[in-house]
Amino acid sequence: MTKDHKPVVPGWFTTSGEDFSLLGTRCTACGTVFFPRRETFCGNPACSGTEFAEIPLSRRGTVWSYTNAGYRPPAPFVSDPDVEWRPYTIVAVRLEAEGLIVLGQGAPGVGVDDLKVGDTVEIVPGVLYEDDEYVHTTWNVRPVEVRA
Amino acid sequence: MSNDREIVVLGAGMHPWGKWGRNFVEYGVKAAQDALKDAGLAWQDIQFVAGADTIRNGYPGFVAGATFAQALGWTGARISSSYAACASGSHAIASARAQILAGLCDVALVVGADAAPKGFFAPVGGDRPDDPDWVRFHLLGATNPAYFGMYARRRIDLYGASVEDFAKVKVKNARNGLANPNARYRKAFTAEDVAASPIVCDPLRLMDICATSDGAAAVVLCSKEFAARHTTDPVRISAVSTVTPTFPSALIELPDIATDSSAAVAPQELSFRASLAHAAYEEAGIGPEDLSLAEVYDLSTALELDWIEDLGICARGEAEKLLRDGATEIGGRIPVNASGGLASFGEAVPAQAIAQVCELTWQLRGEAGDRQVAGARVGITANQGLFGHGSSIVVTR
Repeated sequence: MTKDHKPVVPGWFTTSGEDFSLLGTRCTACGTVFFPRRETFCGNPACSGTEFAEIPLSRRGTVWSYTNAGYRPPAPFVSDPDVEWRPYTIVAVRLEAEGLIVLGQGAPGVGVDDLKVGDTVEIVPGVLYEDDEYVHTTWNVRPVEVRA
Repeated sequence: MSNDREIVVLGAGMHPWGKWGRNFVEYGVKAAQDALKDAGLAWQDIQFVAGADTIRNGYPGFVAGATFAQALGWTGARISSSYAACASGSHAIASARAQILAGLCDVALVVGADAAPKGFFAPVGGDRPDDPDWVRFHLLGATNPAYFGMYARRRIDLYGASVEDFAKVKVKNARNGLANPNARYRKAFTAEDVAASPIVCDPLRLMDICATSDGAAAVVLCSKEFAARHTTDPVRISAVSTVTPTFPSALIELPDIATDSSAAVAPQELSFRASLAHAAYEEAGIGPEDLSLAEVYDLSTALELDWIEDLGICARGEAEKLLRDGATEIGGRIPVNASGGLASFGEAVPAQAIAQVCELTWQLRGEAGDRQVAGARVGITANQGLFGHGSSIVVTR
C-alpha cells in the first residue's frame, strides 16, 4: 500500500504541479517577502501593511554557507535511534530576487565536499521521514552541477 | 572616559563551572555571597535583586530574582527577573543599572545560575510549528552548532581560514583557563587534540564547540555616590548595550530558518553583532583602540574570530592574522578571552554574561593572578543569544 504524502508544515511549499517551490508571502504595501509566510502584519518597521499575497520563491539560489549534522539531533527531530547515524548536510541558500537566505537539508547523497560558498543550487522536493501512516515531505537543496 | 550614566561594580563572585549535579539555586547563592563579601556588604544592604532567568530548572528558573531573594532570606528587597537567552545576564545587569540610574535604589545584586543538561540544547516539549526553535529542530535538525558550522565555513571559503586556525583559538583559551579557578576545564589542549575529536558540524569538531555547564556568577552594582563610601578606585560599567537587530537582518541567526528579506529595504551596514558593540562604544565614548582586553562569546572557536571583527578590533577577514601573530594572547596587543572563555567554562546560559563582567572587574583591579593582563584599564564583553538578543558591556577603571 502506498502511503499518503503529507507536507511537514502545510503551506510552506507546493504539493502539486511540476514546478516545486517554497511558498512565501509578499506584503502588498512594501513588497517585502516573508518565509516562513506572514499573513497578518508586516515586519518592515516602516510599513503598516496587513495584506499579503502568496508567492512561489525562486527555485535556484547560491550557497551562502553549509555544514552537516555529525551527531543525531535531539527531538523534535525525528530519527530512529536503532539505525546507525549518517550525517546529512544543511545548506544556507541565498535567493537573490527575494533578498533572503533560507536553510534546507541537502538532498540525499549531497555531502559538504559537493558544496562551496557561491555555488548555484536548486530547491527540490524531499522526504523528511516516514511513519506508519505518511511520507512526511519537505524541501531539499541540491547542487545544479554535481562536482566530479 | 567618564559619563554620568556610569555605575560601579562593587563586588564580583562566582560558583565554579562544572557538572556538579546540584540545584542551580545553590550555585547562585554561593556566587551572590562571594560578591557581597567582595563588596564588603551584607545581604540586608541590598535594595534590588536582578535575577537572570534559566528555562531549564522549572518555575524557580523563570523567576530567578525571587528565587535567589528567597534563598538568601526574604528582606523585602525589590526584584526583577530577565530572560534574554544567552544575554539574560546582561539584561539583568541592565535592569539593575536602570534602577540605580533612575535613583530608585543605590545598590543592587545581580545573579545568574544554571544547571544544564548534557549534550545539545533542545527546544521545550510539545508539537509547536509556530515556534521557530521547534521548527529548526523538527525540519532541519539544525542544532546550535549547525549555525556555528555555517559561520565557520564562510570564514574558510571567504577569508582563507583553516581548521588549524580554529584549533589555535581552543589551544589559546584552554591555556588561559588553566589559570582560572572558576573554569570547568583546567587542561591544556593541543592542536592535535582538537583535530582528533569528532566532527560535530563540519568544519567544527567537538573541541571547537563549547560544552554546557553548571555555574553561577553575581555582581554587586551601585551608584557612584554609594561607591564613594566604599572604595577610592572603583571599577565602573560605562555602557550596557542590549540593542536588537535592525530590519532587514541579513545574516542567518539562531533559531531562524530564513533571514529577513531585503527586497524592499536595504540592510544596514552593521551586522547585528557589530551593532551591539557599536552601541556600547558610543555609550561609553570609547573605540576599539581604547581596549585593554575583550571577553567574547566563543560558543565555537571560529565564532571568536567573528566577534573580534564585530568589535572592530580588525577588519573583516583579518582576525586569523591577529590570532596567528599572537595579538589575542595574554601579553599580546589585545588579549581575547583571558578568562579561558566558553572553551574553558562551557556555557551556563544566564550566568555567562555576568561572568564576563566578573572577569573584567578582576582584570581591571589587577586581581586576575596568572592570567592577569598587565595594566588593564578598559574591557569589553560581547555575547549573542537566540531571538535577537545580545549584549555588549564596557567596563573601565
